[in-house]
Amino acid sequence: MSESAAIAVTDLSKRYGTVTAVASLSFDLDCGRVLGLLGGNGAGKTTTLAMLMGLLLPTTGSIRVLGEDLLRHRYRVLPRINFSSPYVDLPHRLTVHQNLRVYAGLYGVRKASSRIRELARDLDLEGLLDRPYGRLSAGQKTRASFAKALINRPQLLLLDEPTASLDPDTADRLRTYLRDYQQTSGAGVVLASHNMLEVERLCDEVIMLRHGRIFDRGAPADLIGKYGRDTLEEVFLDMARGRAQL
Amino acid sequence: MMETRGGSLRRMGAMIERYVYLLKGSWPRIIELAYWPTMQIILWGFLSEYLVRHSSYLAQASGVLLAAALLWDVMFRGQLGVSVVFFEELYSRNLGHLFASPLRAHELAGALFIISLLRTLIGSGMAALCAYWFYHFPIWKMGFVLVALFMNLIVMGWAIGLVVAGLVLRYGLGAENLAWAAIFAIAPLSGIYYPISVLPHPLQILAHALPASYVFEAMRGLLFHHVVLYRSLWEAAALNAVYLALGLGVFLRTFRDARVHGRLLNLGE
Repeated sequence: MSESAAIAVTDLSKRYGTVTAVASLSFDLDCGRVLGLLGGNGAGKTTTLAMLMGLLLPTTGSIRVLGEDLLRHRYRVLPRINFSSPYVDLPHRLTVHQNLRVYAGLYGVRKASSRIRELARDLDLEGLLDRPYGRLSAGQKTRASFAKALINRPQLLLLDEPTASLDPDTADRLRTYLRDYQQTSGAGVVLASHNMLEVERLCDEVIMLRHGRIFDRGAPADLIGKYGRDTLEEVFLDMARGRAQL
Repeated sequence: MMETRGGSLRRMGAMIERYVYLLKGSWPRIIELAYWPTMQIILWGFLSEYLVRHSSYLAQASGVLLAAALLWDVMFRGQLGVSVVFFEELYSRNLGHLFASPLRAHELAGALFIISLLRTLIGSGMAALCAYWFYHFPIWKMGFVLVALFMNLIVMGWAIGLVVAGLVLRYGLGAENLAWAAIFAIAPLSGIYYPISVLPHPLQILAHALPASYVFEAMRGLLFHHVVLYRSLWEAAALNAVYLALGLGVFLRTFRDARVHGRLLNLGE
């Protein structure tokens, strides 16, 4: 594992009884790089992300995050990572500001008020800070959740469908912000997405998952070239429909 | 990176702040906290006044029924303060965010204890004031014994609350009604309104395994005979230490199982 590795996963598997959700996954991610996880529903993307956060214990395999063995030293790692997912909410009755204050406390963020102001300005949340999270639109919730994911300036950011429910303009701004953050902070980013344009634009490398296994991997342009297609979406459709062969 | 005790306290503080925001943001919640204990005291107060006139037993200590009702409510509110407040995280599908943060399960339990104490003080405090205003029963005249009774009962409530929270973590929100039912299962054995000597012998053995039975025995000792049953209070405290450890063990075990079975991301409404 290199000194700059944000993630080093070896032979990772997760089984629920007889069902295999993820099988023999091995990959690395260096700090300052963006890795995309692509795959259809049930391919194992969210399961992989959950294991990278320690929310889910693997059946076999090892996970090193930011130089630490995640399974043994999870609490050394967690203050340095964060995540966002449209499938996990923040408390509905608390305002956006209250939610961000609570998570700033949980992550031990110094000067929490100024960090919240900074994120609110950058993510266009200033007018929403005093509004209960439960009364936000889906897109506004995604932005608030993204602010929570950045509250501790994570060195590793795990994002599940980060631009789901966002209009094209807001999604584009968020991607630009994410790219800027990743480049200025040197953070590693893992992105699970169904938005192929987003993956093409943001990711340095892509892992294509099918039935919990790695189907193929590479830079988006390399994968497009390898399968003789024009876009990553076409490559994805070939994989999903069983037309692509390794 | 070494973990500090300050970090643990800070995370517990953040969770307490989260629950205080929830409470402050909803007047109906605060009113509800005091409503049920107050209604119960008003009901028991009238019953008590009637029975004192017709019972030589109760005439010896007119406040015994009110004290019993107030103290029982401490255990009930203490338990709800842990389990129902924990359910808030499931209602809002927030568990994934919480446990992807550096928050430990035992720190969450600690925060739930503090917020349970606060909620119980609000609810039972209001009921105690009503008992004084309407029926001239100042429960605080029990002095330091009241503190010992209160703490023993709320800790037992916390232990049951943790088990209920663990079961909901295991079986999902379909099991949430346990929060309301669990404590009533032990009510008949706790000797709240009667000495446990009236129970059939096998049930007396079970009653002796419950801290609450010693607490209510100590309450009657003080109100009827004006003696402090230190032994009963210590026996209750010792049993509570065991029950709290068991409750915490169940909660931490179900939390670990939830990580094995992937429930932290999926649990919710």
